Formats: sequence, structure tokens, C-alpha cells
Amino acid sequence: MNRFAILRVVAKLLIPAIMLFALYVQFHGDFGPGGGFQAGVIFAAAFILYALVFGIVTARRVAPPRLVNTTLALGVLLYAGTGFAGLLLGGNYLDYSVLAHDPVHGQHLGISLIEFGVFMTVSSAMITIFFVFAGQDIDERPD
Amino acid sequence: MAVTALALARVRNLFAVVMLSGIFSLTAAALYVVQDAVDVAFTEAAVGAGIATVLGLATIAVTRCEAEKKLKPVAFGPLLLVLVTGAALIYGTLDMPGYGDPSAPIHGHVAPRYLAESENETGVPNVVTAVLASYRGYDTLGETTVILTAACGVLMLLGRNRQRTRKTPPRDTAA
Repeated sequence: MNRFAILRVVAKLLIPAIMLFALYVQFHGDFGPGGGFQAGVIFAAAFILYALVFGIVTARRVAPPRLVNTTLALGVLLYAGTGFAGLLLGGNYLDYSVLAHDPVHGQHLGISLIEFGVFMTVSSAMITIFFVFAGQDIDERPD
Repeated sequence: MAVTALALARVRNLFAVVMLSGIFSLTAAALYVVQDAVDVAFTEAAVGAGIATVLGLATIAVTRCEAEKKLKPVAFGPLLLVLVTGAALIYGTLDMPGYGDPSAPIHGHVAPRYLAESENETGVPNVVTAVLASYRGYDTLGETTVILTAACGVLMLLGRNRQRTRKTPPRDTAA
């Protein structure tokens, strides 16, 4: 799709805005609608748009499958690890109140951490699934 | 939405089916907004209307655009079964409390405590986030694990095949 100049320029303009919006949804999820799930999907949409316009091979170079697979697992690990951190600090599993000196701060910290874990897993999962689906016809060609 | 659903069942062109399901999701998202469930609407619009449509298009690009089977004549046995099940389900909903009824059981259990205390206890003004991440932390952990499992499944089914063909192309062409 390299010939479509308008598409490329518009995509280049849109992708940073989409990513910024994803981060806004992520960190504003405490105050308005949003959170890790939605932010992850929006963030992945930026990569999918990039892959659609600039080709799947270029997109794989930006987000190498090994890196995406790592963040895919790291997200759940961060979530479960936050739970274990609460356990080690003397609370129940996934009890965030013990994470900081003030229970409310601890809750806030815990929620931010697990939302970030959700964000990592969801965005990597979406990127992975799209890359695998869209990469089928490319990979079957001998290179 | 009913029109979209009927069209979805009748149309044989898979491209149109994907587009219609996207429209269906977007309508559902609008419905959620009307019902003040902004978080759900957000997710539906992003996942259902956005990602699912793109994935459907990607799948069509890999496979074919037309459905293979021709329409069969209506089978009356299954149709009767579906109608009876649907009627039973609708009969079951008659016992449910009216929409927005304050005396419904779901509003009497833990919901008042969440609404009253969540901001003081978690410091998070958005009750949905507080419930999702803190009070129902186990559920959300499970959901995240489901997404991880889904991605792993796709990788194992389709992703490993890719590596094998790339590593041993001569054997494939010989066979």
C-alpha cells in the first residue's frame, strides 16, 4: 500500500494521537470511563493501523513478535505479582491496602499496577492475534 | 438491531457479514450509552466494532469471500426446538424486576456499599474501576488470563506453523 500517499500521511498523523488517547484512557480510568482493557485495545489499534498501511513486515519490525510475546506474559505476571506482593506484605491475595502506608494510597497503587498489567496483556494479545492472522498469506510465500 | 441480526443470518457474502456484525456492535454500544453503561459501551465499541471487524476482514483476506454452503430448505424439527427454547427464555425473563427498579435484588446486596464506600476505601472516583480492579480483583485476573490463553492458543495453532514453513521450505516443496 506504499503508493497511497494520503493514507500514509493521515496514518502517520493519527497513530501518535491514537496512542496518546490510549494512554489517556489508561491513566484516566480512575476518574472516567476507561481502564486497562479499553486502553489496551486502542493501543493495539494503533499498531494494527500501522500494519494495514505500511505492511505487516514493517509492523513486525516495529513490534517484534518476541517483544510482544514477552509483554503478553509480563502483563499477567504483573497482575498476579501485585497479588503476591500484598500476600507477602501481610494482607490477603490481591489486597492492595497493605502496599502503601495509607490503605487508600495502597488501593490506588494496586489498581494502577494491575490496570497496567491488563493493558500490557490485552494490547499484546490483540497485536499478536492480528499479526498472526494477517501474516498468513505473506509467510506462505517463499522468501 | 433486529434488522441487522436478520440480515446477518440471511446474507451469504462474508464481507457483508463482517460489516453487518460491526454495525450490530456499534448499535449495541450506542444502546449501552443510552443505558448509562459507558464503560461497557467503550469496550463494545473498541473490541466488538473495531478489533473484531478488522480480524474478520483479515480472516477473509486469508480465506475466501463467499460462504460455501447453499441455503437448505427449512428443517422443522430444529426450528420447533429453537422456538420452544426461545419462548422458555422469554418466559423466564418475565419474573425479572423491571429495568432500573430500585427494589431489585441486585441493588440490595453489595451494590449500595460499593457506591457509598468505594471512593473512601480505594480513592478511585470511578466506581466501575474500583469494583473491577479491587473488589472483584480475582475476576479481572481470570479475564486477563483468558486473554493470555487466547493469544497463546492462536500462536500455537497458527504461529508455530509459520516458523516451521520458514525453517524448512525445501522439504515442503519436495513433498
